[in-house]
Amino acid sequence: MEKVLMKGNEAIAEAAIRAGCRHYFGYPITPQTEVAAYMAKRMPKIDGVFLQAESEIAAINMVYGVSATGKRVMTSSSSPGIALKTEGISYLAGADLPALIVNVQRGGPGLGGIQPSQADYFLATRGPGHGDFHVLVLAPSSVQEMADLTVRGFELAEKYRMPAMLLADGTMGQMMEPVVLPEEQKPAAKAPGWAVTGTECKRPHNIANSLYLSPAELERLNVERFERYAEVEKNEVMWEEFMMDDAEVCVVSCGITARVSRNAIIEARAMGIKAGMIRPITLWPFPKKPLLAAADKVNAFLTVELSMGQMHEDVELAIRCKKPVYMCNRVGGMIPSPDEVLNSIKKAAEEGGKAQ
Amino acid sequence: MIVFEKPKSLTDAVMHYCPGCTHGIVHRLVAETIDELGIEGKTIGIAPVGCSVLAYNYFTCDMIEAAHGRAPAVATGVKRSLPDNIVFTYQGDGDLASIGMCETIHSAARGENITIIFINNAIYGMTGGQMAPTSLIGQITQTSPYGRNADTQGYPIRVCELLSELDGPAYLERVTVNSVPQVKNAKRAIKKAFQNQIDGKGFSLVEVLSSCPTNWGMTPQDALKWIDEKMIPYYPLGVFKDKEG
Repeated sequence: MEKVLMKGNEAIAEAAIRAGCRHYFGYPITPQTEVAAYMAKRMPKIDGVFLQAESEIAAINMVYGVSATGKRVMTSSSSPGIALKTEGISYLAGADLPALIVNVQRGGPGLGGIQPSQADYFLATRGPGHGDFHVLVLAPSSVQEMADLTVRGFELAEKYRMPAMLLADGTMGQMMEPVVLPEEQKPAAKAPGWAVTGTECKRPHNIANSLYLSPAELERLNVERFERYAEVEKNEVMWEEFMMDDAEVCVVSCGITARVSRNAIIEARAMGIKAGMIRPITLWPFPKKPLLAAADKVNAFLTVELSMGQMHEDVELAIRCKKPVYMCNRVGGMIPSPDEVLNSIKKAAEEGGKAQ
Repeated sequence: MIVFEKPKSLTDAVMHYCPGCTHGIVHRLVAETIDELGIEGKTIGIAPVGCSVLAYNYFTCDMIEAAHGRAPAVATGVKRSLPDNIVFTYQGDGDLASIGMCETIHSAARGENITIIFINNAIYGMTGGQMAPTSLIGQITQTSPYGRNADTQGYPIRVCELLSELDGPAYLERVTVNSVPQVKNAKRAIKKAFQNQIDGKGFSLVEVLSSCPTNWGMTPQDALKWIDEKMIPYYPLGVFKDKEG
C-alpha cells in the first residue's frame, strides 16, 4: 500500500471521506481547523456537503438532522467547542443516533490555550452531556491511527447506534507522518429502517426523539441502552501492549504521551529496569481487564498524561488499587520529555518494588 | 356526503393542548396543506421544545424532536441530506426567538430551502407562563409579575421585521388565527410557504399570532380579542418579504 505524508487533521478528513462520509458540519477552532478546511475543499468535488455552521451548537444539531436520515455524518472541534456540542451529543445518545465527533484537545479550562492537552478525558469518558449515557472514545497515537480510528469510529457508532468520539490531543492533529489511507467505501445506498426519510405513505411514521414523559418508559430505555453499552464493553475494548511480558512497571498512556513513554521504556530497559506499557486505544470502554491482569504481575503502574490525573483515576479503579499507581504529567500544553518519564519509571520501579 | 374531515396528515392521537389554544388550528392548517400539496410521503417535520413538543405525535409524516431552539439547524441537516424531501419546523416564540435566535437568523441568512411555522403567543406556555422575547411591554407573566418593564427587561422582538433585513429569506409573513377570515388567510400563507419550498425558492417563515388563554389568564374569547387589541398593534399583520415581489 502506498504511504502518503499527511497532517493528522487532514488524515481524519480524508479517512472520513473514504469511509463514505459525505456530510460534515464544523466551526473554526484551533488546533483542528484543518479538518474543516480539507472538507471545504473536497466535499463540493464529490457531491458531498460541507457547511460552516454559525456555532458548534448549530453544527452538532445539523449532525443530528443528517444522522436521523440514516447517513454517515461527522463534526470536529477542539475542547471549548466540544463543551458547546455536549447538548447535541446528549440528544444523539438519547435518540440512539450514530455520529462521529472529533475532539482535537487543547489546554483548559475556559479558553485555556491552543497547545496539546488530554484534559477532556473525563468529559469524553464519563458521557459528554447531561443524563446517563456513554460515547465510544477512541484515542489515536499516530497519524495512521487518526485515519484508521476515524473509519472504526463510524463503524462502531452505527453498529451500536451511539455517538463515537475520536479523542486526539493537539499534537496528533498537527503532526505529519506517513499514512496508508483506508480503502474507498461508497456511501450506503439504503437508509436503515429507523431513519427519517419520508414515509412515502408506505409505512407508519418514524420519529427521532429523546423525549419520554413516562418515567417507566424512560427508565426502561436507559436500562436497555446500558445493556447495549455492556455489549460494547464486552466486544470493543482496544489496547496495545508493549514489552509487557516480563514488565515490573506498567506505563499506561495514550496519544502523544504514549509515544514519549515508548522511548523512555526503551531507555529504561537499557538501564535494566523492566518497564512495559499498556496503551488504551479505546478510553471508553476502558481496558480494565488487561490492566487488572497486569496488576498481579507488575510492582507498580505509572500513568503518563496531559491532565492533572484524569486517566490515573481510571487505572486505580481498573486495578482495584492492588498496586501503587504513580503519575508523570504535564498540563497547559506542556509535554513531558522522555527524561521526565524515565525518571518517573525509575521512581516507580524503586518505590513500587519496596511497597511489595 | 362528507363535508368536513380530519386531514389525512393528522394522526388520531388526542391533542394535549389547553381549551382555546390555537395550536390545534395551526396544526390542522399545516396538515391540510400537506394533504393538498400531496407531499405527506416526503415531508419531514421538526418539533420544538415548548407546548408543541409533542407535535411529532400529531403529524403522520416522519418527524424529529429537536433540542430547544435548534430546529432550524436540525432542518438544515435534514434538507442538506435529503434535498428532494420537504422539511418544515414548527416552533414557538421562546424556542425560535430566544434560545434559538442564532439558528433562526443564520438559517434565514443562508436562505435554507425550508419552511418555518412560528407560533407567537407572547409567552412561554409549557413551563407555565413566563416572559417570552415577544411578551408585550406591561404584560404580566410569572417572570414579569409587575408587567414587562422595558428599562430592565428590554423590548419585544418583531421577528419578521428583523429577518426582513436579510438577503436570504424568500418569504416572511405575519398572520393570525383569531377569526374565520384570519384562519383562511393563515392557510393561504402556510400553503405558500410550503409551495415555495417545492419550487426551490428558499427560506419561508410564517409567523402566526396565537392565543394562550391559560397563561394569559383569560377566557378563550377574551384571548382572541387580546390579539386584535394588544398584539396586532405591536405586531402588524402582513408580508414582510416576498422575493416574487
